[in-house]
Amino acid sequence: MTTRVPRHVAVVGAGPAGLAAADAALGAGARVTLIDSAEQPGGQYHRMLPDAYDAAHPERLQHGWHAFDRRRRRVLAHPHCTWLPETTVWALERPAPEETGPPRLHLLRGPADGAGRTRHTLDPDALLLAVGAHDRVLPFPGWELPGVFTAGAAQALAKGERVVVGDHVTVAGSGPFLLPVAAALLEAGSRVSAVLEANPPSTVARGWSRRPWELAAQAGKTGELAIYTSALLRHRVPYRTGRTVIEARGDGRVEEVVSARLRPDWSVVPGSEHTTAADALCVTHGFSPQLELPLAAGCALRTTAAGPFVDTDDDQRTSRPEVYAAGEITGIAGAPAARAEGAVAGWIAGGGDPAAPAVRRLRRSRDQGRAFAERLARAHPIGAAWPGWLRPETVICRCEETDYASLCRAACDPAGASPRVAKLATRAGLGPCQARVCGPTVAELHTRLSGDPADGLPVAGPHRRPIAQPIRLGELAAPPEPLPHHAPRTPPKKESSS
Amino acid sequence: MSPRRVPAGSDATGRRDRPLRITVDGEPADGIAGQSLAGVLLAAGRLAWRRGPSGAARGVFCGIGVCFDCLVTVNAERDVRACRRRAQDGDEVTTQSRHTDRNPPPTADGTPGTEER
Amino acid sequence: MYGTRVTVLGAGIVGAACARELAQAGFDVTVVDRGGAAAATTSHGEGNVLVSDKGPGPELQLAQLSRRLWPEVLAAIAEGSARGAEAAAAVEWEPKGGIVVATTEAGARELSAFAAAQRTASVRADVLDADALADAEPFVTRDHTAALHYPDDAQVQPAAAATALLADALATGATLRTGCEVLGALTRGGRLTGIHTTAGRLGTDLCINAAGPWSGDLAARLGAPVDVRPRRGDVLVTTPLPPTVFHKVYDADYVGAVGSSSEDLQTSAVVESTRAGSVLLGSSRRRVGFDDRLRPDVLSAVAAKALRLFPGLAGVPVMRAYGGFRPYVPDHLPVIGPDPRLPGLWHVSGHEGAGIGLSVGTARLVRHLMLGRPTEIDPAPFRVDRPAVLNAAAHPGSEETV
Repeated sequence: MTTRVPRHVAVVGAGPAGLAAADAALGAGARVTLIDSAEQPGGQYHRMLPDAYDAAHPERLQHGWHAFDRRRRRVLAHPHCTWLPETTVWALERPAPEETGPPRLHLLRGPADGAGRTRHTLDPDALLLAVGAHDRVLPFPGWELPGVFTAGAAQALAKGERVVVGDHVTVAGSGPFLLPVAAALLEAGSRVSAVLEANPPSTVARGWSRRPWELAAQAGKTGELAIYTSALLRHRVPYRTGRTVIEARGDGRVEEVVSARLRPDWSVVPGSEHTTAADALCVTHGFSPQLELPLAAGCALRTTAAGPFVDTDDDQRTSRPEVYAAGEITGIAGAPAARAEGAVAGWIAGGGDPAAPAVRRLRRSRDQGRAFAERLARAHPIGAAWPGWLRPETVICRCEETDYASLCRAACDPAGASPRVAKLATRAGLGPCQARVCGPTVAELHTRLSGDPADGLPVAGPHRRPIAQPIRLGELAAPPEPLPHHAPRTPPKKESSS
Repeated sequence: MSPRRVPAGSDATGRRDRPLRITVDGEPADGIAGQSLAGVLLAAGRLAWRRGPSGAARGVFCGIGVCFDCLVTVNAERDVRACRRRAQDGDEVTTQSRHTDRNPPPTADGTPGTEER
Repeated sequence: MYGTRVTVLGAGIVGAACARELAQAGFDVTVVDRGGAAAATTSHGEGNVLVSDKGPGPELQLAQLSRRLWPEVLAAIAEGSARGAEAAAAVEWEPKGGIVVATTEAGARELSAFAAAQRTASVRADVLDADALADAEPFVTRDHTAALHYPDDAQVQPAAAATALLADALATGATLRTGCEVLGALTRGGRLTGIHTTAGRLGTDLCINAAGPWSGDLAARLGAPVDVRPRRGDVLVTTPLPPTVFHKVYDADYVGAVGSSSEDLQTSAVVESTRAGSVLLGSSRRRVGFDDRLRPDVLSAVAAKALRLFPGLAGVPVMRAYGGFRPYVPDHLPVIGPDPRLPGLWHVSGHEGAGIGLSVGTARLVRHLMLGRPTEIDPAPFRVDRPAVLNAAAHPGSEETV
């Protein structure tokens, strides 16, 4: 009789996908290390109130709280699960080409951006990436003013610490995420002047109503959206389509916002501008997957109309051996699909039987989620004419304050038009956020302006960040310490001779 | 009006507040245990605290650690994302700016520098 | 030379500098790059224009020529046109000077002997006592045994420098073809008459191999292999800081690492700030082919060495790391000149980590050699038919890069 050594799965990200993955991997008999930079699991979707708030009714802010809470408790209490909160993966080290297996994880443990964090390494049998996405916000004049927030910021502050960003708030951009953000603001007592969806009704309807049977499968999601819509109705908040905010104005902070009617390609209809007083503006134009870790692991991407995402097979395997991906980094499909993907990935990564009936059901649910994602992308595309609202002095890179005119100049110089050279010349993307915010926008504008000049070597792209999170020099100089409860990777079993 | 905290009395979550106090450039700011530094700063009436390269004011933008707009120095550690760091009672926050920094780097022997350069 | 066609293969800083000199000399210049201009090695370096790290010899002579030319070249570009003035300003030429610090007694002795030899070759190297060092670099370690100031060391933003040189070449009549890969040579009677590229055939009278670390591969494709190999270097970039580092400051080990041929990792501290406020921390040298994988142990070693020089930087965050491949010849000298095996082909490569600084002097040398004029320094040590260059067959590497 031989006892099978359980596989060790490292799951990065404890949002809906990562938590489901950890749960499924544990169910398959694996040992799991669950890693998240936050103090609590949940990710952005299930952002929890701090323990110190001692909330009697945390469920009142959360859609699907009870199921999440059960899973959270089950995973964290599991004897084969090590939960590493406040832990960031600052680098992934790929094995040499002749070696198999996932990359080595380089971790920092301790308070966010703290100076005394400890450095560790981890060598699992499988790496499962479920690191999620963040708002993509297109630049517009005045978007750098204090009082302009991403929609995600407004939601995180309201749900996560009961802070509302303002009293007269405009919510603008595109996508179904506008609704829960407006609902969260209303719940916390803000007045929301309007919710502005940039796409016209025709575009939205085309995406949402084609093949309605697919929606039925996403009942969880549509039910959730219905709740938000009724909150808007209750508070008499107008939901306008084909309109967006093209400028924020104010002296040192937002005081008013200018909205305008848009054509289907997001070109501004002249004369349709309208100015509203506002003390906060919340914006989102979609989501940007956090691709630095998948790229550091060497995972191939697939290009979609909504941008690049990690390419996975039917079992959530990426192009790299023993590296799996789940959730928003594979496509923006919402929490139900993320959970299904996480469960498939965790089960397979944990050594579960790919033919198990439960996993077949999960794959179906995952596929319905992906279909839903495609519909979303069709209903809420970014219109090609959006740069029409930029002015020469509009800030594109918030960190370095690179303006649109500088980008245009760099892109049109034949001697300096390669994206990397233009980046060094304009500094767009070289600041502390390392192009997380402006990267996709700069890449898009540069391609349009320069006619896609050759970079030659594999283009680094806006998501490549070999140092995935900042690390202080003192932390980097220190040698890694052993991680508690983690033996080194089990060497392949040899025939015993004794 | 500015950002504010939902009053505990009318908060549907039934939370219980434990006050804490931090200082920002020496000025006191009150918050409650569990808040991020960004949350404390916003609810204490500060919408912006950093200055960009041109001197323009910046505060919170993404709120989830992506944009690095909300960087502050906390207890002499520079470049801390205020939206990600939990506030601790007594934290000394100093604001940062690219060119006229109030936080000169430490001197050669590791003690915080005082000279203005 | 009017009408003589020269094709420069490689639009990095060396190719750009050659294109500019040759276009000014009246050649009909075409610059070809398989990627974008300045997109590879040139934009993955620190922008060193150094004399301090070179002992007496041919490379120092080339460095001194280049150091003299840099301000002249930038001034000429700036005077040419308004766009030229803009391009020259973007180069961020900074004659900030270098400071070399030794932290051991042995290091101090070596540094002192090295500087004494350099002074015989007219390098300015001034001894700094503890007070003078603290004055020049208030944040540098006080735990040092010797320090020297090299006032002639300078720094540029390397991609902008290449852009300025190339733009000036284009303004003088040169042509640029990017996204065009060389597949082989066209020859007649043992002489190179053109190149075969992914964009078709290109006739030429002379061809310059300026492909940096890919020069070995390219030379092999053209049928005249040279032993130029890639050597990887990694650089760390901190978040922007208030002014902290005022010169290019490096430890005395650097000189040894530059000259070493070891395949093993060599690290030494090179610390300097950029205009945007970030501090750049180097440097490492590894011979790993074109392997672009991030190696945290290498970055850790670089950080540890840098903290020995600047202990106060321990709390500063690193936000980015980049690695580049530098063209390296086993005898550590550039290759500059015609290839006697294939008339019409020239090689201008192998500058290792010094290519940014040496580019303008190299290009001037090439111009005079091509015109058959007297050169300012002796070109013989750089000739192609020396054993280190022709000994081995080319070392093909993968096409991967950072």
